Amino acid sequence: MEVPILKQGLYLIASIQSALTDADLSQLREALIQRVGKFRARGVIVDVTALDVMDSFAVRTLRDIAHMARLRGAETVIVGIQPEVAFAMVQLGLTLKGVSTALDLEEGLAFLDRQAQERIERTRGRIIRG
Amino acid sequence: MAARGKDPQSPAPLDPQAHTESTAALLRELVAHLRQNRTQLREEWARRITRAQLLTAMTEEEIFAEATSVYDNYVEALETGTFEALQAYARNLSERIIPRGVETHEVVGIVLLLRDVLARSLFAKYHEDFDKLNRILDAYEPAANRIANTVAVGFVQERERIIRQQQEAIRELSTPVLQVRERLLILPIIGVIDPQRARQLTEQLLRAIRTNRAKVVVIDITGVAAMDSNVANHLVQTVEASRLLGATVIVTGLSPEIAQTLVTIGVDLSEMATVGDLQGGIEEAERLLGYKVLPLEEVAPKA
Amino acid sequence: MAEELLVAITSDLDVVSARQKGRELAAVAGFSSGDQTVIAAAISEIARNILMYAKRGEISLRTVLNGDLDGLVVVARDQGPGIPDVTRALQDGYSTSGGLGLGLPGARRLMDDFDVVSAPGKGTTVTMKKWRRRHA
Repeated sequence: MEVPILKQGLYLIASIQSALTDADLSQLREALIQRVGKFRARGVIVDVTALDVMDSFAVRTLRDIAHMARLRGAETVIVGIQPEVAFAMVQLGLTLKGVSTALDLEEGLAFLDRQAQERIERTRGRIIRG
Repeated sequence: MAARGKDPQSPAPLDPQAHTESTAALLRELVAHLRQNRTQLREEWARRITRAQLLTAMTEEEIFAEATSVYDNYVEALETGTFEALQAYARNLSERIIPRGVETHEVVGIVLLLRDVLARSLFAKYHEDFDKLNRILDAYEPAANRIANTVAVGFVQERERIIRQQQEAIRELSTPVLQVRERLLILPIIGVIDPQRARQLTEQLLRAIRTNRAKVVVIDITGVAAMDSNVANHLVQTVEASRLLGATVIVTGLSPEIAQTLVTIGVDLSEMATVGDLQGGIEEAERLLGYKVLPLEEVAPKA
Repeated sequence: MAEELLVAITSDLDVVSARQKGRELAAVAGFSSGDQTVIAAAISEIARNILMYAKRGEISLRTVLNGDLDGLVVVARDQGPGIPDVTRALQDGYSTSGGLGLGLPGARRLMDDFDVVSAPGKGTTVTMKKWRRRHA
C-alpha cells in the first residue's frame, strides 16, 4: 500500500490512509527521504490519523524519517496520533523523543511555519519572543 | 403407584419412572389451577405485600401491575420448566424498581409471599387428598424455590451492575477536565488515585485534548496526598502521551513527597514543567499560549 | 464464548492481520477501545518477533471466562532458535532504545498476564492475557 505524498510549497505531506505493514513503512521512509532531497523540502508532515496502532517498528521508522530529514535540512512533524494510540505507545515505553508532534495537519503546518519564521529571524540576526 | 401413608415425611414412590411422568402431569394440573384462579390469587398476593409493608416505594396500582407480570412469569416458568424468560424479566423489573429505592429484602420477600400464597391455595384445594397434596407439593417446591432464587439473583446482579455504573460515573465526575481558555485545559486531581482511576483520568484528558484542540494542559495535584510509584509512573505517561497529541503539560502543586517519588522512579524533574501552584501554572500556560492579561483600563481606554 | 482464531505468521501482512483480528476479538469480548488498541499493539510486537527471529510461526487468539472476568488469551508459538536468556530478554532497556529490542518487555507491560517458555533450539511460546470485569 503506497502512501500518497503531497507537496505543499516547501513542505511534504504524507497522509497514511490505512494500516501499514512493515514493508509499507520502510517504503514510505525511502520515498520521503528521496523526495526531501529532490525538492529541497524544508518540512515533512506525516499524518498518522488513520493508524489505530503504532508499535515499535512504526515508531522506529518515524524516528528514522525525522533523523534523515533533518540531515537534509528538513524539520519533521508527526500529526494525528489518536488518544488511544498515544496511551498505548507510552505504556509500551515508546516515546517519539526528539521528534516533533502536533495535534493535526493544521497545527503541524502552523508549527513548520513558525520554525521557518524563526529560522529567518535567526538568519537576520534577531530572535523575537512572542 | 405405591401406597403412601399420611406422614408427610414418607419416602418416595417405588417406581421412579412413574414418579417422573406424574411430576409433569402434576405440574400441568398445578399450572392449570394457578391460571384458573389467577385473579383471586394475584389479589391475595398483592394484599399480603401491602400488609407486610413491602414495596412501600410504589403505589398500590403499580404493585398490582407488577404483581400481574410477576405472577404470569412465575406460572410460565412452572409450566415450561425454563427460566431464561423469568431471568430476563427479573432483570428488567429490577432495572425499573431499583431507582425507586426498592431493596433486596423486599424483592425476596414478595417472591416468597407468592410462593406461600400459591402453596396455601394448593392446601385448600387438595386438603382432602393428602396423598395427592404431597405429590403436588413434591412437584411444586423445587420449581418454586428455583423461581425464588432466579428472581432474587437477577435483582442482586442488576443492583451490582448499577452500583458499578454509579462508581464509574462518580470517578468521571471527580476528575473533571476544565477548559478555561481557548486551547488551555486544567485537570485538578483531588483525593486518592488508584490505578484504575489514574488510567481513566489519562483517557479522559487525552480525549479532551483532542476535542478541545488544547495546546497546554495544567495538571494540578495539590489535592493529592500521596502517590505511589505506580501512579507516579502513570502521571509521567500522561505527560508523555499529551505531548504526542501536541500539548504541553505543566504540573502544579507538586509536594516535596511526590517530587521525591518521581525522582525515585527516575523522572528527570528538569524535563517536566512544574510550577509551584495552580495560579502560577495558569499564568505560565497563558504565557506559552501568547496571552497577556492586562488590567481593564489598558484594554478599554476611557473615551 | 470460547472461539479460537489461528493466524499463521509468515509475512508482515500477517502481522497486520494478527493484530487486527486481535482487536476484533477483543471488541467482541467487550474490551474498551483503549484496551483493544493496547492488545493490538502487544500482538503486533510478538508477531513481529516471530517473523524476525523464527521466520514463521502462529498466533492463537481466544476468549476465556474466569468467574466474573472475561479474558483474551494470545499464544504465540514458533520453532525458531529460541531465546537463550529469557529473564534478560524480559528486562527493560532492551527495546526502549528502539534498536534490536525484542518487544517482549513492552508487550509484557501492556498485558495483565505474561509468560515465556523458550530454550535454544526448542522454539518459543509466549502466552499473554488481558482481563476485564464483566459488567453484565
